[in-house]
Amino acid sequence: MTDFSLTTFSSKGKLLQIEYALLAASKGETAIGLKARNGVVLAVEKQPPNPLVDETSYTKIQNIAGHVGAVYAGLAPDFRVLLQKARKHAQVYQLRYREPVLCSNLCRETAQIVQEFTQSGGVRPFGVSVLTAGYDDDGPHLYQIDPSGAYYEWKATAIGRNTKNAKSFLEKRYKADLELEDAIQTTLLTLKEGFEGTMTAKNIEVGIVKSDMVFRTLTEAQIKDYLDESA
Amino acid sequence: FLYFIVKSMSILELNGGACVAMAGEGCFVIASDNRLGEQFKTISMEVPKLNVVNDKVVMGLTGLRTDQQTFANLLEYEIKMYKLREQRDISGKALTALVAHTLYQARFGPWFVEPVIGSIDDEGKVYLCAMDLLGAPCEPEDYVCAGTCAEALHGMCESLWRPGLGPEELFEVVAQALLSSCDRDCLSGYGATVMIVTREKVTTRLVKGRKD
Repeated sequence: MTDFSLTTFSSKGKLLQIEYALLAASKGETAIGLKARNGVVLAVEKQPPNPLVDETSYTKIQNIAGHVGAVYAGLAPDFRVLLQKARKHAQVYQLRYREPVLCSNLCRETAQIVQEFTQSGGVRPFGVSVLTAGYDDDGPHLYQIDPSGAYYEWKATAIGRNTKNAKSFLEKRYKADLELEDAIQTTLLTLKEGFEGTMTAKNIEVGIVKSDMVFRTLTEAQIKDYLDESA
Repeated sequence: FLYFIVKSMSILELNGGACVAMAGEGCFVIASDNRLGEQFKTISMEVPKLNVVNDKVVMGLTGLRTDQQTFANLLEYEIKMYKLREQRDISGKALTALVAHTLYQARFGPWFVEPVIGSIDDEGKVYLCAMDLLGAPCEPEDYVCAGTCAEALHGMCESLWRPGLGPEELFEVVAQALLSSCDRDCLSGYGATVMIVTREKVTTRLVKGRKD
């Protein structure tokens, strides 16, 4: 059953499997990305489906390489697969060139893998949209990778449930010369807009990367400080 | 009893040739001899061993001529793909990593080349590297050399090199070091092809030497 693709054109010229995959991704928890003048921020909701889930046992925002991180909206297991492939690509590059991989390169290769799964035999498309934030020799970058395999570089964007409202919120507040500290505040505000219930440092995750080229997730205490600042 | 210690020929000595690169103030100079031979027979006196990678990076390949050519072509492919993928020129350090990696991949059937790489970055900082045929790099601050007269080159370079030389002075130093070393080596010589690389430009000069 690996001889033929499961993603085929409809009579209207659409690839329905990809559209359904996009739908699956858009049902995921909202994630926001914002590129500042001197860094990039990622933030995501983290509301486990059941209060018995140990929310400290998993993190949604992950490092791909030292200088690049990613977050997703959609199916977590699909994200894990992409993450692993992206990590390997980044390390193969490092081995070959002894230099950190450029974000554009990394995203292009990952998007290529996503596209292959829309055309290869016996597989289904990935049900995740991925936001990658990185800082390389070329400066800060924010990329989105769709289940279709399309990838875009953004100044600011949102994926998941609250995409539409979050993006219009960001459009009003985005400035080209935003500093990272302000960008973090703006991102948190945007996330709060569509948040169901009360947003605290416990039910969100935030990741940043600056010119030091180290992508890190903020601790609960650090997030709390930012939230208190804006309150 | 009389004992003779005879050194048997290494494949790296079939065609002859030598390369040297030195670091200067905001510049580097890389040079190679012009001889191609088959042991004692000279085939050509117009075969420099330098490959210009881009504006800021030059690589010299010594060793077996056929491997010099094939390896250079292989790298040209890799470098062009790098430029297309990355939308930028490859740096000296990245090239060194690439070359070392490619050489080691052939660990048990190696390329019989010993590369020398010289590069300068946008800030004028020089990076030099020499590797053996298996890709072991060494990245000294002053000079690198390779080839059939490597020992003589080391001697000349150690004596003649000093820090802070400008392009013209460094050119003289490199040319003299190479020419004098090649004079002591029957497998290298017939003049030198010298490239002076600064941030702004690459200047290539042909230095006339002894035609033997």
